[in-house]
Amino acid sequence: MTEREYAYYSGCSLEGTASEYDASMRAVLKELDVNFREPDDWSCCGSTPAHTVNHVFAAALAARNLALVEKIGLNTIITPCPSCMMAFKKAQHGMTKSESFKNEVNELLDEPYECGVESKSALQVMYEDIGLDAVSQRVTHALPGLKVAPYYGCILNRPPEVAQFDDPENPISMDKILLSAGVDVRDFAFKIECCGAAFGVVKREMVNQLTYKVLSMALDAGANCIAVACPLCQQNLDLRQGQVNSTMGSNFNIPILYFTQIIGLTYGLSPKALGMDKLIVSAEQIIRSRITVEELKKREETEAQVKAKKPEKKPVKEEAKPEENE
Amino acid sequence: MRVGVFICHCGNNIAGTIDVAKVAEETRKLPGVVYATTYMYTCSEPGQEEIQKAIKSENLDRVVVAACSPRMHELTFRRTVAKAGLNRYFFEQANIREHVSWVGEKKEANTNKAIEIVRMAVEKVKQNKPLYSTSFKVNKRVLVIGGGVAGMQAALDCADGGLEVLLVEKSPSVGGMMSRLDKTFPTIDCSICILGPKMVDVAQHDKIKLHAYSEIDEIKGYVGNYQIKIRKKATYVDWTKCTGCGTCMEKCPSKNSYDHFNFGVAPTRAINIPFPQAIPKKAKIDPNYCRQFVKGKCGVCAKVCPTKAINYEMQDEVITEEVGAIIVSTGYSLIDIERLPEYGGGRYPDVITGIQYERILNASGPTSGHIVRPSDHVEPKTVVFVACAGSRDKSIGIPYCSNFCCMYIAKQAILTKDHVPDSQSYVFYMDIRSPGKGYDEFTRRAQEEYGVKYIRGRVSRIYPKGNKMIVKGADTLLGTQVEVEADLVVLGTAVISNSDAGHMAEKLHISYDTFGFYVESHPKLRPVETNTSGVFLAGACQGPKDIPASVSQGSAAASKVQALFSKDMLESDPAVAKVNINACVGCLKCVKTCPFQAIKEKELRDGRVVADVIETVCAGCGVCTSTCPCGAIQLQHFTDNQLLAEVNAICLT
Repeated sequence: MTEREYAYYSGCSLEGTASEYDASMRAVLKELDVNFREPDDWSCCGSTPAHTVNHVFAAALAARNLALVEKIGLNTIITPCPSCMMAFKKAQHGMTKSESFKNEVNELLDEPYECGVESKSALQVMYEDIGLDAVSQRVTHALPGLKVAPYYGCILNRPPEVAQFDDPENPISMDKILLSAGVDVRDFAFKIECCGAAFGVVKREMVNQLTYKVLSMALDAGANCIAVACPLCQQNLDLRQGQVNSTMGSNFNIPILYFTQIIGLTYGLSPKALGMDKLIVSAEQIIRSRITVEELKKREETEAQVKAKKPEKKPVKEEAKPEENE
Repeated sequence: MRVGVFICHCGNNIAGTIDVAKVAEETRKLPGVVYATTYMYTCSEPGQEEIQKAIKSENLDRVVVAACSPRMHELTFRRTVAKAGLNRYFFEQANIREHVSWVGEKKEANTNKAIEIVRMAVEKVKQNKPLYSTSFKVNKRVLVIGGGVAGMQAALDCADGGLEVLLVEKSPSVGGMMSRLDKTFPTIDCSICILGPKMVDVAQHDKIKLHAYSEIDEIKGYVGNYQIKIRKKATYVDWTKCTGCGTCMEKCPSKNSYDHFNFGVAPTRAINIPFPQAIPKKAKIDPNYCRQFVKGKCGVCAKVCPTKAINYEMQDEVITEEVGAIIVSTGYSLIDIERLPEYGGGRYPDVITGIQYERILNASGPTSGHIVRPSDHVEPKTVVFVACAGSRDKSIGIPYCSNFCCMYIAKQAILTKDHVPDSQSYVFYMDIRSPGKGYDEFTRRAQEEYGVKYIRGRVSRIYPKGNKMIVKGADTLLGTQVEVEADLVVLGTAVISNSDAGHMAEKLHISYDTFGFYVESHPKLRPVETNTSGVFLAGACQGPKDIPASVSQGSAAASKVQALFSKDMLESDPAVAKVNINACVGCLKCVKTCPFQAIKEKELRDGRVVADVIETVCAGCGVCTSTCPCGAIQLQHFTDNQLLAEVNAICLT
């Protein structure tokens, strides 16, 4: 499994606002013995602005990058950002489905793209290729007290015919990956609800309302942390938490972590290497609560012993029971 | 040879886009044609008289009618020519309606195509040979497959008419879906109170033999003479000894068995009688949950049974029966709630299906008729009903309407108010479909007298918040989004065909549609017949149906069987395969390819082995004809020469 080599496309967010996603992703993939290469001279994926203007142009922007991957002889590309992944998957879908669309797109490119590259989100690669067993094998540390609500956002697995991954209404891949890293995962009803996406730029009050709902539903689910796999979701939930608090009168203080950061913590990686210091809502408590798996076992054993002492009183109760019955 | 050709206008159906006069004119020029005319409605009585007159006055010995599909009127015209003294197989029908006028718009092209089709028919009819039917005896017993309300009605009607009936039901009791309902719309009478007596009648009728917990293994034969293999599935209880006392059920330690009758609303015991009114009222062990089967030790029921009826070693038993006709009434299923993830189907316990709610409402159901929600057994005050959950939804492949959900949702909303007077019900609907007698008044009553709030719009999401279920949807009349905080959500789930409907259809040699519902001979005029003679349909196996429609169809199917059995002898169709024993080399390839097992090998007196067709079993499909390497087997009325004459008519002229 580890012999497989992937191309890695970080995209614009991971170069800037989400550099901690990039750092933690690279660190975790390295831990999982995944070999990956970045194509030279990659360019914009065509994401939000391009596809609202022209589908051929958007696909061409994506296909240019895919063609670069083809050129270095790889057939699968990991894209941590769901927006990039959707741009790639849509281009691939459209070009393999329609020959005329493929020709239109290739006309815009210097070198034609032969449709030989499969794009996968980092989540998909971990879930389908690396596997849950491999994810759990590297775990050295535990995060007791951490209760995570996995938040998928809107486009990781939708539209289903293009995404071809997980369930569009009730995705479970991140839940399972985090579970196999030994984390307490909460069933979260709002895992696919909208975070407001790019509307933060033009209509901030709408994003405030939507993120408010997501954050309060996570609290309702008993979580004290939200795991994300999308730079924009992270930004809306983390960066705007203060705005939400001031406009909605709430008092949220929930750390929003990339799922790779959480896994990195369980692998014993340093918080600095995982870019934990870049989060707006501090994850200090989570980091400080980290202990090794052996320590956790010891702690559980002592707790079990304390519990075991209690039943000594039980026989008294049991003696009382038959009387009650009689 | 003197061929007469009659070209039908079919009002504007044919004459509108075909120049029928020109077709007649061109037809007259064909060799052998001595008479060609057009007529407004050839199938009408004067039209048929016209044909008969012409046969006599023109001394015709072959007749072609160019009109609609032979499916529609071939029999009619065969009878017409037979009345005039011709063999009925000296008739050919050219289809210039479905094949020409209805599919093409250009008159000239249509006219030319019609001329060619008529020319083919003329060449074919000239090659036709007279064929004669033989007659065979009818076994006047009828098999009814499925003991729901439609099947029971059919069985009772047949039995009351004096016919012997075999009723095969796959579950342990008859009654079907109707026995699970609490009340029926629009009269709100107790479902089991009106069904129970019928179930008892079925069990006690001396003409009905009931095989419960049995399935059809194999069906062989043809109309009037079917051989049926029935698998009586192992119940692990000797039903001749079981008295239905229920002691075993009380003592069974395996308390978490899935309750098929109650759709899993609450668990049941591994040995159980499905419901108090079950017919037959006998116990049955579910080996998936029984400790004796799962763990290999227990035996409590065997110890407590007063009649020693328990038998863990019981095996399936296969019996053979002979019948003359079959009524199929296998009913329907409901869509798996997990296919509706946006509604939290299967994920949240307080989102249930209509039929589950029906069991909760039912006095003999798991909650004794008290409305409680599954998660915490608290009485719900706000109940939301979602109509069209899965139905009329192309995206999951169920574009059709489930027919009765609008009505049962109105009924359940009314009953909710009756049970919990301070409750409020909401119904999200797409549109209200209640065209039956008294139906529209009923749905109005729900709104006007019982204060049920109807919101027109689809529900997009259902999710839990605290101990409430939040139902998010649109109100398309107000043009706003709506959110309802519900205690319980009831989905009006889509009706689908049974998962084994296709297998059953193959056993019966009947056709089924894309959705697995059985196809009737004609949607308007032959609604309970199938294209396989002797097999009839009743109830929801043909499409979603409510109780009145299912019962009417049950009676209709029974009357069709009575009509079929009113004759002692039936006439066979002579258009079957026939072997020329002089040409047959005995390779028996035809035996292997025949899908109906209608060909057997036969040894002649000189020791030569040849193929032999059992005429009554042959369905006239013609597969053997194309298999035979030496052309020795020919399908009568569709011989190689007759088909070649048609091909030559279109290719060589």
